Amino acid sequence: MSLNGWLQILSFMTVVLLLAHPVGNYLVRVFERRSTFLDFVLAPCERLLYRVTGIDPDHEMRWTEYAIAMLIFSAATTVLTYVVERIQHLLPLNPQHLPGVESALALNTAISFTTNTNWQSYVPEATMSYLTQMVGLATHNFWSAAVGMALAIAFIRGIARREAKTLGNFWVDMTRSILWVLLPISICLALLLVSQGVIQNFKAYDTATLLEPQRIVDSSGKIATVTTQTIAQGPVASQEAIKMLGTNGGGFFNANSAHPFENPTPLSNFLEMVAIFLLPASLVVALGRMVGSPKHGWAILAAMIILWFAGTTACYWAESQGNPLLHGVDQRASLIQSGGNMEGKEVRFGIANSALFAAVTTDASCGAVNGMHDSFTPLGGMVPMINILLGETIFGGVGAGLYGMLVFVVLAVFIAGLMVGRTPEYLGKKIEAYDVQMSMLYLLIFPCIILGFAAVSVLMPNLGLSSLSNHGPHGLSEILYAYTSAAGNNGSAFAGLNANTHWYNYSLAVAMFCGRFLMIVPMLAIAGNLAGKKIVPASSGTFPVTTPLFSILLVGVLLIVGALTFFPALSLGPVLEHLLMRSGHVF
Amino acid sequence: MKKYLLTACLYTIVTTILLGLIYPVALTMLARTVFRNKADGQMIIHNNRVIGSAIIGQPFSGTGYFHSRPSAAGTGYDASASSGSNLGPTNQLLVTRVESSVRAEAAQQAIPIDLVTASGSGLDPDITPAAAFYQVPRIAQERHLPEDVVRQLVIDKIKPRQFGLLGEPTVNVLLLNLALDGLHTPRP
Repeated sequence: MSLNGWLQILSFMTVVLLLAHPVGNYLVRVFERRSTFLDFVLAPCERLLYRVTGIDPDHEMRWTEYAIAMLIFSAATTVLTYVVERIQHLLPLNPQHLPGVESALALNTAISFTTNTNWQSYVPEATMSYLTQMVGLATHNFWSAAVGMALAIAFIRGIARREAKTLGNFWVDMTRSILWVLLPISICLALLLVSQGVIQNFKAYDTATLLEPQRIVDSSGKIATVTTQTIAQGPVASQEAIKMLGTNGGGFFNANSAHPFENPTPLSNFLEMVAIFLLPASLVVALGRMVGSPKHGWAILAAMIILWFAGTTACYWAESQGNPLLHGVDQRASLIQSGGNMEGKEVRFGIANSALFAAVTTDASCGAVNGMHDSFTPLGGMVPMINILLGETIFGGVGAGLYGMLVFVVLAVFIAGLMVGRTPEYLGKKIEAYDVQMSMLYLLIFPCIILGFAAVSVLMPNLGLSSLSNHGPHGLSEILYAYTSAAGNNGSAFAGLNANTHWYNYSLAVAMFCGRFLMIVPMLAIAGNLAGKKIVPASSGTFPVTTPLFSILLVGVLLIVGALTFFPALSLGPVLEHLLMRSGHVF
Repeated sequence: MKKYLLTACLYTIVTTILLGLIYPVALTMLARTVFRNKADGQMIIHNNRVIGSAIIGQPFSGTGYFHSRPSAAGTGYDASASSGSNLGPTNQLLVTRVESSVRAEAAQQAIPIDLVTASGSGLDPDITPAAAFYQVPRIAQERHLPEDVVRQLVIDKIKPRQFGLLGEPTVNVLLLNLALDGLHTPRP
C-alpha cells in the first residue's frame, strides 16, 4: 500500500461526493417535472414520444399498475434482444460474419441485459455483431438503468406521499430518466472516453503485422509461426459510457474494462469509476430532498461510505500482500512498480486502482471489471463477493441500490422500535406487520436463490463441477460467486468458470430473473402501502433517522443480516483458501 | 392488458431507434471528427503496413527485444479474444507457470512480478519501469550497446502517472521496441 494509492482512493470519493449534491438536486427537478436547462431541446422530444406511443403523461398509477407496466415492458425488450441475437447473421453491421447466437446463450444474454446484470457467458468480440451490441445490448443498458431509477423514484414517492393511492407514471419516469439523465451524461462521458483512446468506429477487425513473429505451440500440439495480430474494433465508447453510468457492466470485449480499447488510461479508469457511483449517490441525495429530510439522505450516504471504505481497504491490503506461493519474484511496492498480486491486473492500473475498481463495481451492481477477480488473492476476492452479498446496497445499482437500501432502512427502524418497545415509525409513517413481512420476503428471496443454486451445482459433478477451472476451495468460490453475481444482478464473475453450458446458462438466467423481478414486486408493495398511510407526528419515542447513530445502526443491520446468512458458505470458500494458501497448499 | 402491450411495443421500437441507432451512429461521426486517430484505435502504420495499435500489446520473446508480459488471450496477445488466465492464487497451473518463467530467465535477482504474470486483458501494452530496467543488461548485451544508452532509452519512454496522481508509471513495450529498432515514431 502506498501514499499515492490512498490519495487516488480518497480523491475518487471526493469527486463522487462533490458531484452527488448538484446532480441529486437536478434529479429532483427532473422527476418532479419541473423546468431544467435542457428543456428547450428535450421537452419537444418528450411530447413527441408520448404522442407516438399513446402515453398519457398525467395518468397516475397504483403500485400494481406500475409493476404490470414495468413487467410487460421488460418482457418486450427481452424478446427484442433474443430475436436480434438469433438472426444477427441476416442483419447488417456484421463485418466479421458472425453466426446467429445459440438459443440457450441468447436467452441467458437477453435476460442478463434486461435485469441490469450483464452477466456474459460468451466472448463478445467473437460472438456478437456490432448491430447486436448496439441494438440488442446497449439499449438495455439505458432501459434497465431507467427502470431502476423509475422504481427508486416510485419508492421515494411512496415514502413522501400521504394518504395517496398512486406512485406516479412508469412511462413518464422512464422517459425522463432516459432523456434528461442517461442520454446527455452518456454523450459527454463517451466523448471524454474517446479523448483518452476508447475506440468508436464501424471498421472490420484490423490485421497488424507483428514486429517480431512468434513461434507458438497451437491447440493440436504442433509448432506454428504467428506473424499477424487481428485487432477487434467497434462502436465501443458509446456503449462504454452507458455501461458504467447505468451500472450495467457488460463489456464490449471479453476483458471488459481491463481491455485497452475500453479503458486505455488511468483517467478513463477514474471517469468510469466515478460514473458507476454518480447516479446511485445522487439518488440518495434526491431521496433526502424528496422526503423533506436532506439530513436523512446524508445519514444513509454515510453508512454507504463506511462500508465502501472498509471493503476497499480490505481489498487493497490483501492484493498488496502478493501471492506467497510464488518464488523468485519481486512483489514489493516501490517507486518503479506497484508490486503485489499482479496476475489478472493491468500495469497502468496497478494494485490500488484494481482493488478500488473491484470494490466500486460490486458495491454498485455494475459488474464491469478492470482486473480478473478470479485471480485476486482469497481475501481480496472475497471483498467483491461480500459487497454483492450485502444486497448491493453500498451505493448499489442505479435505483436498485436505493430501494434495496430502503428495505434495510425499514428493517433497521423496525429493530430500533423493538428495542424501545414502540410501534416503529419511518419519517412519520408507522411501520406495520405488512411492511415488515414484505421486507423479509425481499431479504429472503436473495439467499435462497444463491445458496440453493450453488448447493445444487456443487452436488452435480457433470453439470456443476465440470465447468470449474480452479480446484479446492477456490472452485466453490467460483460457483458461489456466479450465483451471487447473477442473483445480485451484478454481472462480474470469477471468470474461470465455464458458464456457457446448458446448466449454467439456464440456471443463471433463472437466478437473474428472480433476483430482479421477484424482489421488485414486494418492494413496490411496500411503497404502495406506505403511500396510503397517514403521517404520525414525531414524538420523544421516535427514532431519529438523521443521526450518526442511525448510520451505525444501519451498517450493523446490514452486516448482521449478511454475516448470519452467508458466513458458513464464505468460510468454506475464500476463508479456507486463505488459510491453506498461507500454509503453502496448491490445488 | 392489451393497451399495456401496445404501449410497451411502441415504446420499445421508438427508443431502440433513438438509443440503439441514432445515438451510436451520431457519436461515431462526432468522435471521428474530433479524435479521429483515437476513435480508430491508434493504429501504427509503417511502410504502408499496419504493424499494430499503440495501445494494444504485442508478444515479444526474442532476446533482442524487451519482453512483454505473459498473455492468456488466445495463443498469446490475440486481440480478437481478450482474456485473463483466471487462474486462482492457489492454482497449481499458476505456480508452475511462474516457476518455469523464473527458471527460463536464470536470473541473478528477483524478477519484477508483472513480467511473469498474465494481465487481465491479455493485451496489456505496458510493463512497469522495474520490469524494463530489469531487462536492460540482456538487451545491451544482445544488441552490443552500452547499458547506459539502453537505460536512457527506457527512462525516456517511462510514462509517468497522469497529472502526477492517477494510475502507475508505465513503459509501453511496442513503442519501446520500435524506438530500440530506431524504426519509427508513431503519430501522437
